[in-house]
Amino acid sequence: MQYRLTTPVTREDLAPLRAGDTVLLSGTVYTARDAAHKRMMELLDAGQPLPFPVEGSAVYYVGPTPERPGQVIGSAGPTTSGRMDAYSPRLLDLGQRIMIGKGKRNQAVKDAVVRNGAVYLAALGGAGALMAASVKELEVLCWEDLGCEAVRRLEVEDFPLTVILDAHGGDLYESGPAAYLASLPEDISR
Amino acid sequence: MKTISAVEITQTVARLSIQANTHLPPDIVAALDRTRRDEPWPLARETLGLLWDNLELAEEKSLPICQDTGMACVFVELGQDVHIEGNFEQAVHEGVRQGYGEGYLRKSIVGDPLRRVNTEDNTPAAITLRLVPGDGCRITVAPKGFGSENMSRLGMLKPADGVEGVKNFVVETVRLAGSNPCPPIVLGVGIGGSFDKVAYLAKHALLRPIDQPNPDPFYADLERDLLRAINALGVGPQGFGGQTTCLGLSIETAPTHVAGLPVAVNVSCHVTRRATATL
Repeated sequence: MQYRLTTPVTREDLAPLRAGDTVLLSGTVYTARDAAHKRMMELLDAGQPLPFPVEGSAVYYVGPTPERPGQVIGSAGPTTSGRMDAYSPRLLDLGQRIMIGKGKRNQAVKDAVVRNGAVYLAALGGAGALMAASVKELEVLCWEDLGCEAVRRLEVEDFPLTVILDAHGGDLYESGPAAYLASLPEDISR
Repeated sequence: MKTISAVEITQTVARLSIQANTHLPPDIVAALDRTRRDEPWPLARETLGLLWDNLELAEEKSLPICQDTGMACVFVELGQDVHIEGNFEQAVHEGVRQGYGEGYLRKSIVGDPLRRVNTEDNTPAAITLRLVPGDGCRITVAPKGFGSENMSRLGMLKPADGVEGVKNFVVETVRLAGSNPCPPIVLGVGIGGSFDKVAYLAKHALLRPIDQPNPDPFYADLERDLLRAINALGVGPQGFGGQTTCLGLSIETAPTHVAGLPVAVNVSCHVTRRATATL
């Protein structure tokens, strides 16, 4: 199935999604990689507000290339999400609903996804030019000293994503390869 | 004796850095084109189609193919009859600095592995210099992204592990990597040498076009067997499942010690970049 979603999203918006579905996401998406996540944790520890409203938010793990004059954004594909595993559960518990990246997540993140009715969506790894085409607006929100890792606000239109982890415990990285292998004739798959 | 100026080296490295990040080599393009037609699993086929669209968009909008424009791995085969006018290493670093600046490429290098402050210009380059006979100078820039680099592995196997041990190690590396290195992947495999040499062999193997098998038929067969075993894992494009997990695999070997069987697997992605020029 393909779904169209606009941020901010609720638990109810995400409930129909299943691993393997595709999503065209529109609205505001915030960018953060490990360095920015670490600083967000420090803000939370100090009782300070986060740089963006976390409730219903979507966070994209990306460090884009610099934009040329006249371009909204440079190349902007996802980075490996596993580096954010240490930080994601805390943000999900605070209301973040969508994580966008690529690659495997640990059990703590999977549990937090189910607990909070959230989702983990994959952008196309290595397809930075394609992902950039959906970005209509960019603003650096904070931590400019982090360069490509600064927190940015993106306005996206029909951002093409695939559901990896759904709120019901589904994981496409397990079910996808398994379904493909099960489709093969016995003598090839063994 | 031929003289090559440092300025010429700088200009060449700058040009190759930009070229490599915006245009894939013909063997990788051909493999992506072939697999997007041959892949039978629907989501995998659709995904390969999108990776193809990405190549076209990068070309059309002069954007880097991938936002991780990598660590600039620069391989130089320098003729021993060449005199370099100026500082060779500085010339290469300066080429990276200029290319990554002028090409609007991402600056992904931290100056120290633990203090982690970005050098802001993607230097230093990772330079590998080899002295060869003659008066040529062949420069290859192979920008390497770390989503895949981080999935690489090295093992000091026992001689008794033999060819089966090597196969298991390589296939296990791909299984452990799963979706992380942005499959479909390309693999450089080093076998033999010493602890440091085997890693170099694996990295250097990634420079060989994937449509060129190892010249030794024994290793060409091993490349084919490994490719088949890897694509039977079902990881598929982006790890979503499917037949296309690995586009190609190159093995390089070196003599080794009676007591050892080093093996290294350098994992690369569908954006396996290299651009070469001869001065």
